Amino acid sequence: MRPTSVLLLGGALAAPATAGTVTVTVPRLSVAEYHRPYVAVWLEPAGGGTPRTLAVWYDIRKAGNEPGTKWLSELRAWWRKGGRGMAMPADGISGATQAPGPHNIALPADLKPGAYVLNVEAARETGGRELVSVPVNLPAGNARATGKAELGAVTLSAR
Amino acid sequence: MRALVSRLLVATALLSAPAALSAHRQWLLPSTTIVSGTDNWVTVDAAVSNDLFYPDHFPMQTESIQVWQPDGSTGAIQNAAKGRYRSTFDVQLDKPGTWKIGTASTNVSGSFKLNGEDWTVGRRRGPPRGPEGAGRPAHSVATAADIPAGATDVKLTEMSSRNEIFVTAGEPTATVLKPTGKGLDMEPVTHPDSLVSNEPARFRFLIDGKPAAGLKVTLIPGGKRYRDSEGVMELATGADGVLEVKWPAPGMYWLNATTTDNHPATPRATERRMSYTSTLEVMAP
Repeated sequence: MRPTSVLLLGGALAAPATAGTVTVTVPRLSVAEYHRPYVAVWLEPAGGGTPRTLAVWYDIRKAGNEPGTKWLSELRAWWRKGGRGMAMPADGISGATQAPGPHNIALPADLKPGAYVLNVEAARETGGRELVSVPVNLPAGNARATGKAELGAVTLSAR
Repeated sequence: MRALVSRLLVATALLSAPAALSAHRQWLLPSTTIVSGTDNWVTVDAAVSNDLFYPDHFPMQTESIQVWQPDGSTGAIQNAAKGRYRSTFDVQLDKPGTWKIGTASTNVSGSFKLNGEDWTVGRRRGPPRGPEGAGRPAHSVATAADIPAGATDVKLTEMSSRNEIFVTAGEPTATVLKPTGKGLDMEPVTHPDSLVSNEPARFRFLIDGKPAAGLKVTLIPGGKRYRDSEGVMELATGADGVLEVKWPAPGMYWLNATTTDNHPATPRATERRMSYTSTLEVMAP
């Protein structure tokens, strides 16, 4: 939690040309057994190309025979789109799972302008999995979508 | 249908399971095909049965199961056990990349005459069947090399079969996907651990390294008990040997192709029967 906040703050303070913020809301769920979801946030160029991961939240503390990274592949769309090729922890990208509520992620400063699809995927232990995808034009565009089960509002606001 | 049954019988016979006169299918079912990190194991069920993937007939032998590590070197199965209906074993995926697990075998069977009596090759099943067979010595030799010099009417069939699954730790690699160039090979165009139900997958089939055009390939999804239809897909490869599969739904699919030709590698054999089997996991998008 703490390293993530610092890194995100660092990104925001850089005051880049394509500054913007993705806000991901983790919904509060009324279930008997609740675990915070694993979440991946990434941008895919609309015309195809290499996806860029903006954030990955997983159980960074769990180590030993079954480290928290073991379940990253349950973010199955992200895993296939490039997560499986990333080393964890990823500097400035990975962090701890987040509590219910809105969470801000700064867009990287070196993002090229163009048409993208913003993807947010959440997978929860003993729970469901959901992928929210929304097209967005950068740097100027805004985007908004809402998940049905495992994700709340997902917004991208350019600055 | 009869031809299909007899071809499938070949695969069954190779398991040294009791010869049952039906289209029993040999299958390997991995617990997963995609894992994160190199701390993981995959556990595999191996059985012979009609319906996929219900172990309700015979276990597969695990002695012949091979493991190809991502760099192509030989690995090992662990914790092998044989149950009444299925075998099970584990593979520790301690290296990143794509692993191949399965069997590859070539057997020769057939018959010849010696001093007017019928002999068989490659069938170690004791005396001939039927009432007249009881009490007679087994007129059988294990391999074609054991056929005595005075034998006549030699008829030999070579049977080669592969049954393999693919499991990937981290990023997929292609070393274990290289075709052997011998017999019937499947060379994935779409990586077998990158299958997703809303994207068609392509696999190239080769016989002795050359495209197998017009090869019939059967795909059957698991879980027949929870639907009415068997859901079988009977497809064929194009002129380039490539099979395109449009997945009706995510899930585990059993893939099988069988074919025959008259180009066996075994001396004196006249016919070659080839079988390729795999189990593919198709993810939801």
